[in-house]
Amino acid sequence: MARRIYDKEHVKAPGTPLSSKEMYQLPGTIEYTPVAKYRFTTGQALSKFLEELKRGRIAGRKCNNCGRVYVPPRMYCEFCYKPTSEWIYLEGTGTVVTAVVSYIGTARERLEKPEIIGIVKLDIDNKEPQGYDFPGLFHRFCNVSEDDVKTGKIIGARVRPRWKLEEERKGDITDIECFEPIEG
Amino acid sequence: MKPNIHVKDKVAIVGAGLTLFRRRMLETSRELAWEAAREALESANLELKDIDCIVIGSAPDAFDGVHLKGEYLADGSGAISKPMVRVYVGGGTGVMVPIAAWWHVASGLCRTVLAVAEEKMSPAHPHPQGVFAYIWDPVVERPLGPNLLWIFALEMRRYMHVCGASKEDIAIVSVKNKANALNHPCAQAAAKITVEDVLNSEVLVWPVHRLDVSPVSDGAAALILAREDIARKVTDTPIWVEGIGWTLDTTHWYNRELAYPRYVEYAARMAYKMAGIERPWKEIDIAEPYDPFDYKELHHIEGLMLAPRCQAWRLAREGYFDRTGELPTSPSGGLLGVGNPIAAAGVMKVAEIFWQLRYEAGERQVKKPVHYGVAQAWGDLMQVGTVVVLSN
Ligand SMILES: [Zn+2]
Repeated sequence: MARRIYDKEHVKAPGTPLSSKEMYQLPGTIEYTPVAKYRFTTGQALSKFLEELKRGRIAGRKCNNCGRVYVPPRMYCEFCYKPTSEWIYLEGTGTVVTAVVSYIGTARERLEKPEIIGIVKLDIDNKEPQGYDFPGLFHRFCNVSEDDVKTGKIIGARVRPRWKLEEERKGDITDIECFEPIEG
Repeated sequence: MKPNIHVKDKVAIVGAGLTLFRRRMLETSRELAWEAAREALESANLELKDIDCIVIGSAPDAFDGVHLKGEYLADGSGAISKPMVRVYVGGGTGVMVPIAAWWHVASGLCRTVLAVAEEKMSPAHPHPQGVFAYIWDPVVERPLGPNLLWIFALEMRRYMHVCGASKEDIAIVSVKNKANALNHPCAQAAAKITVEDVLNSEVLVWPVHRLDVSPVSDGAAALILAREDIARKVTDTPIWVEGIGWTLDTTHWYNRELAYPRYVEYAARMAYKMAGIERPWKEIDIAEPYDPFDYKELHHIEGLMLAPRCQAWRLAREGYFDRTGELPTSPSGGLLGVGNPIAAAGVMKVAEIFWQLRYEAGERQVKKPVHYGVAQAWGDLMQVGTVVVLSN
Protein backbone atom coordinates (compact mmCIF):
# COMPACT_ATOMS: atom_id res chain seq x y z
CA MET A 1 0.00 0.00 0.00
CA ALA A 2 1.49 3.25 -1.15
CA ARG A 3 2.23 5.98 1.34
CA ARG A 4 0.40 9.21 0.73
CA ILE A 5 2.33 12.25 1.77
CA TYR A 6 0.05 15.00 3.05
CA ASP A 7 1.85 18.26 2.42
CA LYS A 8 1.65 21.21 0.09
CA GLU A 9 3.77 19.60 -2.58
CA HIS A 10 1.69 16.42 -2.84
CA VAL A 11 -1.86 17.52 -2.08
CA LYS A 12 -4.28 19.92 -3.67
CA ALA A 13 -7.10 20.31 -1.15
CA PRO A 14 -10.62 20.68 -2.54
CA GLY A 15 -12.76 23.81 -2.25
CA THR A 16 -13.31 27.12 -4.03
CA PRO A 17 -12.24 30.19 -2.03
CA LEU A 18 -14.02 33.48 -2.66
CA SER A 19 -13.02 37.03 -1.91
CA SER A 20 -15.56 39.20 -0.11
CA LYS A 21 -16.33 40.98 -3.39
CA GLU A 22 -16.77 37.71 -5.27
CA MET A 23 -19.12 36.37 -2.62
CA TYR A 24 -21.40 39.38 -2.71
CA GLN A 25 -21.44 39.35 -6.53
CA LEU A 26 -22.41 35.68 -6.86
CA PRO A 27 -25.75 35.22 -8.60
CA GLY A 28 -28.57 34.17 -6.30
CA THR A 29 -26.98 34.61 -2.89
CA ILE A 30 -29.75 34.85 -0.33
CA GLU A 31 -29.92 37.62 2.26
CA TYR A 32 -31.85 36.60 5.34
CA THR A 33 -32.35 38.18 8.74
CA PRO A 34 -33.82 35.85 11.35
CA VAL A 35 -36.71 37.32 13.33
CA ALA A 36 -36.71 35.74 16.75
CA LYS A 37 -37.86 37.57 19.86
CA TYR A 38 -37.48 36.02 23.28
CA ARG A 39 -38.70 36.78 26.76
CA PHE A 40 -36.62 34.89 29.28
CA THR A 41 -37.95 34.15 32.76
CA THR A 42 -35.22 34.66 35.30
CA GLY A 43 -35.96 31.59 37.40
CA GLN A 44 -36.12 30.84 41.11
CA ALA A 45 -32.69 32.11 42.03
CA LEU A 46 -32.04 35.01 39.64
CA SER A 47 -35.49 36.61 40.03
CA LYS A 48 -34.72 37.13 43.73
CA PHE A 49 -31.15 38.25 42.92
CA LEU A 50 -32.44 40.93 40.52
CA GLU A 51 -35.10 42.08 43.00
CA GLU A 52 -32.37 42.55 45.61
CA LEU A 53 -30.19 44.49 43.15
CA LYS A 54 -33.06 46.95 42.92
CA ARG A 55 -32.77 47.37 46.69
CA GLY A 56 -29.02 47.87 46.38
CA ARG A 57 -28.06 44.47 47.81
CA ILE A 58 -26.20 41.49 46.38
CA ALA A 59 -27.93 38.23 47.28
CA GLY A 60 -26.20 34.86 47.23
CA ARG A 61 -27.12 31.30 48.09
CA LYS A 62 -25.13 29.28 50.56
CA CYS A 63 -24.75 25.49 50.60
CA ASN A 64 -24.44 24.42 54.23
CA ASN A 65 -23.24 21.00 53.12
CA CYS A 66 -19.95 22.18 51.56
CA GLY A 67 -19.97 25.83 52.66
CA ARG A 68 -19.89 27.26 49.13
CA VAL A 69 -21.51 30.63 48.49
CA TYR A 70 -22.99 31.18 45.04
CA VAL A 71 -23.17 34.60 43.40
CA PRO A 72 -25.00 34.67 41.01
CA PRO A 73 -27.20 32.47 43.19
CA ARG A 74 -28.19 28.91 42.32
CA MET A 75 -30.96 26.93 44.02
CA TYR A 76 -28.83 23.78 43.80
CA CYS A 77 -25.20 23.17 44.72
CA GLU A 78 -23.32 22.09 41.58
CA PHE A 79 -20.90 20.01 43.64
CA CYS A 80 -23.12 18.41 46.33
CA TYR A 81 -26.05 18.23 43.91
CA LYS A 82 -28.42 19.07 46.75
CA PRO A 83 -30.61 22.15 47.26
CA THR A 84 -28.64 25.16 48.50
CA SER A 85 -29.60 26.06 52.06
CA GLU A 86 -30.15 29.78 52.60
CA TRP A 87 -30.02 33.31 51.22
CA ILE A 88 -27.15 35.48 52.37
CA TYR A 89 -26.41 39.14 51.60
CA LEU A 90 -23.00 40.40 50.55
CA GLU A 91 -21.53 43.85 50.96
CA GLY A 92 -20.47 43.78 47.33
CA THR A 93 -16.87 44.58 48.13
CA GLY A 94 -14.34 42.34 46.51
CA THR A 95 -11.03 41.76 44.78
CA VAL A 96 -10.29 42.14 41.06
CA VAL A 97 -9.31 38.79 39.56
CA THR A 98 -8.68 39.94 36.00
CA ALA A 99 -9.47 42.96 33.81
CA VAL A 100 -9.15 43.94 30.14
CA VAL A 101 -9.63 46.93 27.85
CA SER A 102 -12.16 46.44 25.05
CA TYR A 103 -11.81 48.54 21.92
CA ILE A 104 -14.66 46.69 20.16
CA GLY A 105 -18.39 46.13 20.72
CA THR A 106 -20.60 43.04 20.43
CA ALA A 107 -20.36 42.75 16.63
CA ARG A 108 -16.67 43.72 16.48
CA GLU A 109 -17.43 47.40 15.73
CA ARG A 110 -14.73 49.84 17.02
CA LEU A 111 -15.85 51.66 20.18
CA GLU A 112 -15.40 55.41 20.44
CA LYS A 113 -14.35 55.08 24.04
CA PRO A 114 -12.72 51.84 25.18
CA GLU A 115 -14.42 49.96 28.00
CA ILE A 116 -12.78 48.27 30.96
CA ILE A 117 -14.29 44.96 31.95
CA GLY A 118 -13.30 42.46 34.58
CA ILE A 119 -14.15 39.84 37.15
CA VAL A 120 -14.67 40.62 40.83
CA LYS A 121 -14.29 37.94 43.49
CA LEU A 122 -16.81 38.98 46.16
CA ASP A 123 -16.03 39.08 49.88
CA ILE A 124 -17.82 36.80 52.32
CA ASP A 125 -17.96 38.35 55.82
CA ASN A 126 -15.50 41.03 54.62
CA LYS A 127 -12.92 38.41 53.67
CA GLU A 128 -11.63 37.29 50.28
CA PRO A 129 -12.71 33.67 49.75
CA GLN A 130 -9.97 31.19 48.80
CA GLY A 131 -10.09 28.24 46.42
CA TYR A 132 -10.68 27.36 42.75
CA ASP A 133 -14.33 28.49 42.73
CA PHE A 134 -15.77 31.58 44.35
CA PRO A 135 -18.76 33.96 44.36
CA GLY A 136 -18.14 36.64 41.79
CA LEU A 137 -19.47 38.88 39.06
CA PHE A 138 -18.35 39.90 35.63
CA HIS A 139 -18.92 43.63 35.09
CA ARG A 140 -17.67 47.00 33.88
CA PHE A 141 -15.13 48.97 35.88
CA CYS A 142 -15.08 52.76 36.48
CA ASN A 143 -12.23 54.96 37.66
CA VAL A 144 -9.75 52.44 36.28
CA SER A 145 -7.31 53.52 33.57
CA GLU A 146 -6.08 51.51 30.61
CA ASP A 147 -2.66 51.68 32.22
CA ASP A 148 -3.96 50.16 35.46
CA VAL A 149 -5.03 47.16 33.38
CA LYS A 150 -1.86 46.91 31.31
CA THR A 151 0.55 47.27 34.23
CA GLY A 152 -1.51 44.85 36.30
CA LYS A 153 -2.08 47.44 39.05
CA ILE A 154 -5.80 46.75 38.99
CA ILE A 155 -5.42 43.00 39.56
CA GLY A 156 -5.80 42.29 43.25
CA ALA A 157 -7.23 45.79 43.83
CA ARG A 158 -10.17 46.19 46.21
CA VAL A 159 -13.39 47.35 44.57
CA ARG A 160 -17.02 48.01 45.42
CA PRO A 161 -20.18 48.39 43.33
CA ARG A 162 -21.27 51.84 42.20
CA TRP A 163 -25.06 51.65 42.32
CA LYS A 164 -27.39 53.55 40.05
CA LEU A 165 -29.76 55.96 41.81
CA GLU A 166 -32.59 54.02 43.42
CA GLU A 167 -35.25 55.49 41.10
CA GLU A 168 -33.19 54.45 38.05
CA ARG A 169 -32.80 50.79 39.05
CA LYS A 170 -34.80 48.33 37.00
CA GLY A 171 -33.96 45.01 38.60
CA ASP A 172 -31.25 43.99 36.18
CA ILE A 173 -27.50 43.52 36.29
CA THR A 174 -26.93 47.09 35.11
CA ASP A 175 -28.47 48.41 38.38
CA ILE A 176 -24.82 48.16 39.32
CA GLU A 177 -23.32 50.82 37.07
CA CYS A 178 -19.84 49.41 37.49
CA PHE A 179 -17.31 48.34 40.11
CA GLU A 180 -14.83 51.00 41.23
CA PRO A 181 -11.69 50.94 43.37
CA ILE A 182 -12.05 51.60 47.10
CA GLU A 183 -9.75 54.53 47.85
CA GLY A 184 -6.93 54.22 50.34
CA MET B 1 -0.18 1.51 34.44
CA LYS B 2 -2.91 -0.88 33.28
CA PRO B 3 -5.71 0.49 31.16
CA ASN B 4 -8.90 0.82 33.18
CA ILE B 5 -11.48 -0.10 30.62
CA HIS B 6 -12.74 -3.18 28.86
CA VAL B 7 -12.91 -2.49 25.15
CA LYS B 8 -14.64 -5.03 22.95
CA ASP B 9 -12.85 -4.01 19.77
CA LYS B 10 -9.62 -2.11 19.27
CA VAL B 11 -10.09 0.95 17.04
CA ALA B 12 -7.78 2.57 14.48
CA ILE B 13 -7.91 5.63 12.30
CA VAL B 14 -7.27 4.52 8.71
CA GLY B 15 -8.02 7.63 6.65
CA ALA B 16 -8.29 11.40 6.81
CA GLY B 17 -9.34 14.19 4.48
CA LEU B 18 -9.69 17.96 4.59
CA THR B 19 -11.01 20.74 2.39
CA LEU B 20 -9.23 24.04 2.10
CA PHE B 21 -9.82 26.27 5.14
CA ARG B 22 -10.75 29.75 3.90
CA ARG B 23 -12.62 32.86 5.05
CA ARG B 24 -15.34 32.32 2.41
CA MET B 25 -16.02 29.32 0.22
CA LEU B 26 -18.33 28.85 -2.73
CA GLU B 27 -19.35 25.39 -1.50
CA THR B 28 -22.38 24.94 0.73
CA SER B 29 -22.01 23.27 4.13
CA ARG B 30 -23.08 19.90 2.77
CA GLU B 31 -20.77 20.21 -0.26
CA LEU B 32 -17.86 20.93 2.10
CA ALA B 33 -18.80 17.84 4.14
CA TRP B 34 -18.91 15.76 0.94
CA GLU B 35 -15.51 16.99 -0.27
CA ALA B 36 -13.80 16.18 3.04
CA ALA B 37 -15.55 12.81 3.37
CA ARG B 38 -14.61 11.85 -0.18
CA GLU B 39 -10.96 12.72 0.50
CA ALA B 40 -10.97 10.60 3.65
CA LEU B 41 -12.56 7.61 1.90
CA GLU B 42 -10.11 7.85 -1.00
CA SER B 43 -7.15 8.06 1.36
CA ALA B 44 -8.23 4.72 2.89
CA ASN B 45 -9.19 3.16 -0.48
CA LEU B 46 -12.72 2.67 0.84
CA GLU B 47 -16.14 3.45 -0.53
CA LEU B 48 -19.30 4.48 1.26
CA LYS B 49 -20.64 0.91 1.06
CA ASP B 50 -17.74 -0.10 3.35
CA ILE B 51 -18.96 2.30 6.06
CA ASP B 52 -21.42 1.14 8.74
CA CYS B 53 -22.13 4.32 10.72
CA ILE B 54 -21.72 8.09 10.46
CA VAL B 55 -20.77 10.60 13.14
CA ILE B 56 -21.17 14.30 12.37
CA GLY B 57 -19.84 17.26 14.33
CA SER B 58 -20.64 20.90 13.84
CA ALA B 59 -20.66 23.88 16.20
CA PRO B 60 -23.51 26.39 16.69
CA ASP B 61 -26.29 26.22 14.09
CA ALA B 62 -26.30 30.01 13.93
CA PHE B 63 -23.08 30.14 11.87
CA ASP B 64 -24.37 28.15 8.92
CA GLY B 65 -27.78 29.69 9.60
CA VAL B 66 -29.55 26.30 9.42
CA HIS B 67 -31.05 24.53 12.41
CA LEU B 68 -30.97 20.70 12.50
CA LYS B 69 -27.47 21.06 11.11
CA GLY B 70 -26.62 17.38 11.63
CA GLU B 71 -29.59 16.34 9.53
CA TYR B 72 -28.80 19.05 6.98
CA LEU B 73 -25.27 17.68 6.63
CA ALA B 74 -26.45 14.07 6.48
CA ASP B 75 -26.46 13.55 2.71
CA GLY B 76 -23.12 15.25 2.15
CA SER B 77 -21.67 13.17 4.98
CA GLY B 78 -22.78 9.87 3.47
CA ALA B 79 -25.40 9.22 6.16
CA ILE B 80 -28.43 8.36 4.04
CA SER B 81 -30.01 5.13 5.32
CA LYS B 82 -27.23 4.62 7.87
CA PRO B 83 -27.16 5.10 11.65
CA MET B 84 -26.04 8.71 12.13
CA VAL B 85 -25.57 10.98 15.12
CA ARG B 86 -24.37 14.56 15.51
CA VAL B 87 -22.30 15.48 18.54
CA TYR B 88 -21.89 18.99 19.88
CA VAL B 89 -19.76 20.42 22.68
CA GLY B 90 -19.00 23.89 21.29
CA GLY B 91 -15.39 24.36 20.22
CA GLY B 92 -14.63 20.97 21.78
CA THR B 93 -16.77 19.32 19.08
CA GLY B 94 -13.91 18.61 16.67
CA VAL B 95 -12.19 16.16 19.00
CA MET B 96 -15.57 14.88 20.26
CA VAL B 97 -16.22 13.59 16.73
CA PRO B 98 -13.48 10.90 16.79
CA ILE B 99 -14.34 10.20 20.46
CA ALA B 100 -17.94 9.38 19.47
CA ALA B 101 -16.73 7.47 16.41
CA TRP B 102 -14.43 5.47 18.72
CA TRP B 103 -17.23 4.29 20.99
CA HIS B 104 -19.35 3.30 17.98
CA VAL B 105 -16.58 0.87 16.97
CA ALA B 106 -15.10 -0.04 20.37
CA SER B 107 -18.55 -1.14 21.60
CA GLY B 108 -18.88 -3.60 18.73
CA LEU B 109 -21.84 -1.69 17.28
CA CYS B 110 -20.16 -0.67 13.99
CA ARG B 111 -17.16 -2.01 12.12
CA THR B 112 -16.37 1.26 10.38
CA VAL B 113 -17.33 4.89 10.97
CA LEU B 114 -17.04 7.90 8.70
CA ALA B 115 -16.60 10.89 11.03
CA VAL B 116 -17.25 14.29 9.44
CA ALA B 117 -16.91 17.79 10.89
CA GLU B 118 -17.98 20.92 9.07
CA GLU B 119 -18.27 24.63 9.75
CA LYS B 120 -19.30 27.44 7.46
CA MET B 121 -18.94 30.72 9.30
CA SER B 122 -19.11 33.09 6.34
CA PRO B 123 -22.91 33.27 5.95
CA ALA B 124 -23.19 35.35 9.15
CA HIS B 125 -22.13 38.73 7.80
CA PRO B 126 -20.52 41.22 7.82
CA HIS B 127 -18.77 39.41 10.71
CA PRO B 128 -19.80 36.19 12.50
CA GLN B 129 -18.71 37.57 15.88
CA GLY B 130 -22.22 38.97 16.38
CA VAL B 131 -23.61 35.42 16.36
CA PHE B 132 -21.58 34.61 19.45
CA ALA B 133 -23.86 37.00 21.38
CA TYR B 134 -26.22 34.07 21.92
CA ILE B 135 -23.80 31.99 23.94
CA TRP B 136 -23.98 34.40 26.91
CA ASP B 137 -26.36 34.05 29.82
CA PRO B 138 -29.41 36.14 28.90
CA VAL B 139 -29.98 37.48 32.42
CA VAL B 140 -26.63 38.38 33.97
CA GLU B 141 -24.29 38.61 30.96
CA ARG B 142 -26.02 39.81 27.78
CA PRO B 143 -27.21 43.13 29.28
CA LEU B 144 -23.50 44.10 29.54
CA GLY B 145 -23.13 43.86 25.73
CA PRO B 146 -20.25 41.38 25.75
CA ASN B 147 -18.05 40.49 22.77
CA LEU B 148 -16.76 36.93 22.54
CA LEU B 149 -13.17 38.17 22.73
CA TRP B 150 -13.78 39.58 26.24
CA ILE B 151 -13.79 36.18 27.84
CA PHE B 152 -10.55 35.17 26.12
CA ALA B 153 -8.89 38.45 26.97
CA LEU B 154 -9.96 38.06 30.61
CA GLU B 155 -8.55 34.55 30.74
CA MET B 156 -5.33 35.53 28.96
CA ARG B 157 -4.84 38.47 31.35
CA ARG B 158 -5.36 36.14 34.30
CA TYR B 159 -2.88 33.61 32.90
CA MET B 160 -0.32 36.39 32.35
CA HIS B 161 -0.80 37.63 35.92
CA VAL B 162 -0.67 34.26 37.66
CA CYS B 163 2.10 32.77 35.52
CA GLY B 164 4.21 35.89 34.98
CA ALA B 165 4.03 35.68 31.18
CA SER B 166 4.36 38.78 29.01
CA LYS B 167 2.60 39.58 25.74
CA GLU B 168 5.89 38.81 23.96
CA ASP B 169 6.15 35.37 25.58
CA ILE B 170 2.67 34.49 24.38
CA ALA B 171 3.09 35.91 20.87
CA ILE B 172 5.82 33.31 20.29
CA VAL B 173 3.07 30.69 19.87
CA SER B 174 1.37 32.66 17.10
CA VAL B 175 4.70 33.10 15.30
CA LYS B 176 5.46 29.36 15.61
CA ASN B 177 2.06 28.11 14.48
CA LYS B 178 1.68 30.46 11.52
CA ALA B 179 5.14 29.37 10.32
CA ASN B 180 4.33 25.66 10.85
CA ALA B 181 1.29 26.12 8.62
CA LEU B 182 3.40 27.20 5.63
CA ASN B 183 3.56 23.56 4.52
CA HIS B 184 -0.06 22.72 5.17
CA PRO B 185 -2.10 22.25 1.96
CA CYS B 186 -5.26 23.72 3.52
CA ALA B 187 -3.79 26.67 5.43
CA GLN B 188 -5.58 29.99 5.47
CA ALA B 189 -3.32 32.05 7.75
CA ALA B 190 0.16 30.62 7.21
CA ALA B 191 2.79 33.35 7.42
CA LYS B 192 6.31 34.19 8.40
CA ILE B 193 5.78 36.81 11.07
CA THR B 194 7.64 38.11 14.10
CA VAL B 195 6.69 38.76 17.70
CA GLU B 196 6.73 42.48 16.83
CA ASP B 197 4.15 41.91 14.09
CA VAL B 198 1.82 40.36 16.67
CA LEU B 199 2.36 43.22 19.13
CA ASN B 200 1.85 45.81 16.40
CA SER B 201 -1.34 44.28 15.01
CA GLU B 202 -4.70 45.87 15.79
CA VAL B 203 -5.61 45.77 19.49
CA LEU B 204 -9.07 44.22 19.83
CA VAL B 205 -9.49 43.66 23.56
CA TRP B 206 -6.21 44.24 25.36
CA PRO B 207 -4.24 41.98 25.85
CA VAL B 208 -5.64 40.35 22.69
CA HIS B 209 -4.36 41.71 19.38
CA ARG B 210 -5.58 40.56 15.98
CA LEU B 211 -2.59 38.24 15.42
CA ASP B 212 -3.14 36.56 18.80
CA VAL B 213 -6.39 35.17 17.35
CA SER B 214 -7.15 32.47 14.76
CA PRO B 215 -9.16 33.55 11.71
CA VAL B 216 -12.82 32.90 10.92
CA SER B 217 -13.12 30.05 8.42
CA ASP B 218 -15.22 27.81 6.21
CA GLY B 219 -14.04 24.22 5.94
CA ALA B 220 -14.60 20.55 6.59
CA ALA B 221 -12.56 17.57 7.78
CA ALA B 222 -13.21 13.84 7.96
CA LEU B 223 -11.71 10.67 9.44
CA ILE B 224 -12.32 6.97 8.91
CA LEU B 225 -12.24 4.78 12.03
CA ALA B 226 -12.25 1.00 11.78
CA ARG B 227 -12.22 -2.17 13.87
CA GLU B 228 -8.79 -3.77 14.23
CA ASP B 229 -9.28 -6.61 11.69
CA ILE B 230 -10.57 -4.23 9.04
CA ALA B 231 -7.93 -1.63 9.83
CA ARG B 232 -5.15 -4.18 9.28
CA LYS B 233 -6.72 -5.18 5.96
CA VAL B 234 -6.97 -1.67 4.53
CA THR B 235 -3.61 -0.28 5.64
CA ASP B 236 -0.13 -1.27 6.78
CA THR B 237 -0.03 1.70 9.12
CA PRO B 238 -3.23 1.93 11.18
CA ILE B 239 -3.06 4.61 13.86
CA TRP B 240 -4.56 3.30 17.09
CA VAL B 241 -6.94 5.24 19.28
CA GLU B 242 -5.39 4.45 22.66
CA GLY B 243 -7.38 6.73 24.89
CA ILE B 244 -10.27 9.18 24.88
CA GLY B 245 -11.47 11.62 27.49
CA TRP B 246 -13.80 14.55 27.88
CA THR B 247 -15.22 16.59 30.75
CA LEU B 248 -17.22 19.75 31.25
CA ASP B 249 -17.09 22.50 33.86
CA THR B 250 -19.84 25.02 34.69
CA THR B 251 -20.89 27.87 32.36
CA HIS B 252 -20.40 30.18 35.36
CA TRP B 253 -16.93 31.00 34.04
CA TYR B 254 -16.40 34.03 36.29
CA ASN B 255 -16.90 31.89 39.38
CA ARG B 256 -13.67 29.95 39.01
CA GLU B 257 -9.91 30.28 38.55
CA LEU B 258 -9.25 30.94 34.86
CA ALA B 259 -5.45 30.60 34.96
CA TYR B 260 -5.70 26.81 34.74
CA PRO B 261 -8.15 24.65 32.72
CA ARG B 262 -9.08 22.02 35.31
CA TYR B 263 -11.58 20.42 32.90
CA VAL B 264 -8.82 19.81 30.31
CA GLU B 265 -6.71 18.07 32.95
CA TYR B 266 -9.61 15.82 33.94
CA ALA B 267 -10.27 14.94 30.28
CA ALA B 268 -6.55 14.26 29.75
CA ARG B 269 -6.33 12.07 32.86
CA MET B 270 -9.23 10.00 31.56
CA ALA B 271 -7.56 9.53 28.16
CA TYR B 272 -4.07 8.86 29.57
CA LYS B 273 -5.41 6.28 32.02
CA MET B 274 -7.10 4.42 29.19
CA ALA B 275 -3.91 4.61 27.13
CA GLY B 276 -1.77 3.43 30.05
CA ILE B 277 0.22 6.66 30.07
CA GLU B 278 1.55 7.68 33.48
CA ARG B 279 3.98 10.47 32.67
CA PRO B 280 2.54 12.33 29.67
CA TRP B 281 5.34 14.92 29.71
CA LYS B 282 7.77 12.09 28.94
CA GLU B 283 5.62 9.60 27.04
CA ILE B 284 3.84 11.92 24.60
CA ASP B 285 6.04 12.66 21.57
CA ILE B 286 3.88 15.15 19.74
CA ALA B 287 0.79 17.22 20.54
CA GLU B 288 -1.94 19.26 18.91
CA PRO B 289 -3.32 21.37 21.77
CA TYR B 290 -6.26 23.61 20.84
CA ASP B 291 -5.03 27.07 19.82
CA PRO B 292 -7.86 29.44 18.84
CA PHE B 293 -5.70 32.05 20.63
CA ASP B 294 -1.94 31.86 21.19
CA TYR B 295 -2.16 31.82 25.01
CA LYS B 296 -4.71 28.99 24.74
CA GLU B 297 -2.03 26.64 23.40
CA LEU B 298 0.11 27.29 26.49
CA HIS B 299 -2.91 26.97 28.77
CA HIS B 300 -3.81 23.63 27.19
CA ILE B 301 -0.21 22.31 27.18
CA GLU B 302 -0.36 22.75 30.96
CA GLY B 303 -3.86 21.24 31.24
CA LEU B 304 -2.62 18.24 29.22
CA MET B 305 0.23 17.94 31.75
CA LEU B 306 2.87 18.25 29.03
CA ALA B 307 4.50 21.05 31.03
CA PRO B 308 4.34 22.03 34.70
CA ARG B 309 1.87 24.78 35.56
CA CYS B 310 2.95 28.25 34.44
CA GLN B 311 6.02 26.81 32.69
CA ALA B 312 4.69 26.36 29.14
CA TRP B 313 5.57 29.94 28.13
CA ARG B 314 9.14 29.51 29.40
CA LEU B 315 9.55 26.28 27.43
CA ALA B 316 8.03 27.90 24.33
CA ARG B 317 10.71 30.60 24.52
CA GLU B 318 13.39 27.92 24.49
CA GLY B 319 11.97 26.31 21.35
CA TYR B 320 10.81 23.22 23.24
CA PHE B 321 7.52 23.13 21.28
CA ASP B 322 9.00 23.91 17.84
CA ARG B 323 8.84 21.35 15.04
CA THR B 324 12.49 20.60 15.79
CA GLY B 325 11.98 20.74 19.56
CA GLU B 326 11.65 18.12 22.29
CA LEU B 327 7.85 18.11 22.19
CA PRO B 328 6.52 19.63 18.97
CA THR B 329 3.07 21.22 19.45
CA SER B 330 0.70 22.19 16.65
CA PRO B 331 3.05 20.99 13.90
CA SER B 332 0.06 21.37 11.56
CA GLY B 333 0.09 25.10 12.13
CA GLY B 334 -2.94 24.83 14.38
CA LEU B 335 -5.98 27.04 14.26
CA LEU B 336 -3.74 30.10 14.23
CA GLY B 337 -2.09 28.98 11.01
CA VAL B 338 -4.38 26.53 9.21
CA GLY B 339 -7.61 28.27 10.22
CA ASN B 340 -10.57 27.80 12.52
CA PRO B 341 -13.72 26.31 10.97
CA ILE B 342 -14.64 25.34 14.51
CA ALA B 343 -15.53 21.62 14.50
CA ALA B 344 -13.43 20.94 11.39
CA ALA B 345 -10.40 22.53 13.08
CA GLY B 346 -10.50 19.95 15.89
CA VAL B 347 -10.64 17.10 13.40
CA MET B 348 -7.79 18.72 11.46
CA LYS B 349 -5.69 18.45 14.64
CA VAL B 350 -6.46 14.75 15.02
CA ALA B 351 -5.68 14.26 11.30
CA GLU B 352 -2.28 15.92 11.81
CA ILE B 353 -1.34 13.49 14.60
CA PHE B 354 -2.52 10.68 12.27
CA TRP B 355 -0.22 11.85 9.45
CA GLN B 356 2.70 12.54 11.80
CA LEU B 357 2.48 9.07 13.38
CA ARG B 358 2.45 7.55 9.87
CA TYR B 359 5.44 9.72 8.89
CA GLU B 360 3.31 11.10 6.06
CA ALA B 361 3.41 14.79 7.00
CA GLY B 362 6.06 15.50 4.38
CA GLU B 363 7.55 18.95 4.84
CA ARG B 364 5.74 19.27 8.18
CA GLN B 365 7.06 15.98 9.59
CA VAL B 366 8.69 16.57 12.99
CA LYS B 367 12.37 15.72 13.30
CA LYS B 368 12.16 13.27 16.20
CA PRO B 369 10.75 9.71 16.13
CA VAL B 370 7.11 9.62 17.20
CA HIS B 371 5.10 6.89 18.92
CA TYR B 372 2.42 8.60 21.00
CA GLY B 373 0.50 11.76 20.12
CA VAL B 374 -2.30 13.69 21.77
CA ALA B 375 -4.89 16.00 20.21
CA GLN B 376 -7.18 18.21 22.25
CA ALA B 377 -9.99 20.67 21.74
CA TRP B 378 -11.69 23.09 24.07
CA GLY B 379 -15.02 24.85 23.99
CA ASP B 380 -17.97 26.90 25.15
CA LEU B 381 -17.67 29.20 28.18
CA MET B 382 -14.19 28.08 29.29
CA GLN B 383 -15.59 24.70 30.23
CA VAL B 384 -15.10 21.83 27.73
CA GLY B 385 -12.07 19.59 27.32
CA THR B 386 -11.93 16.83 24.71
CA VAL B 387 -8.81 14.65 24.34
CA VAL B 388 -7.68 11.79 22.09
CA VAL B 389 -4.44 9.81 22.47
CA LEU B 390 -3.14 8.02 19.37
CA SER B 391 -0.22 5.65 18.72
CA ASN B 392 1.37 3.96 15.71
ZN1 LIG C 1 -22.44 22.08 48.32
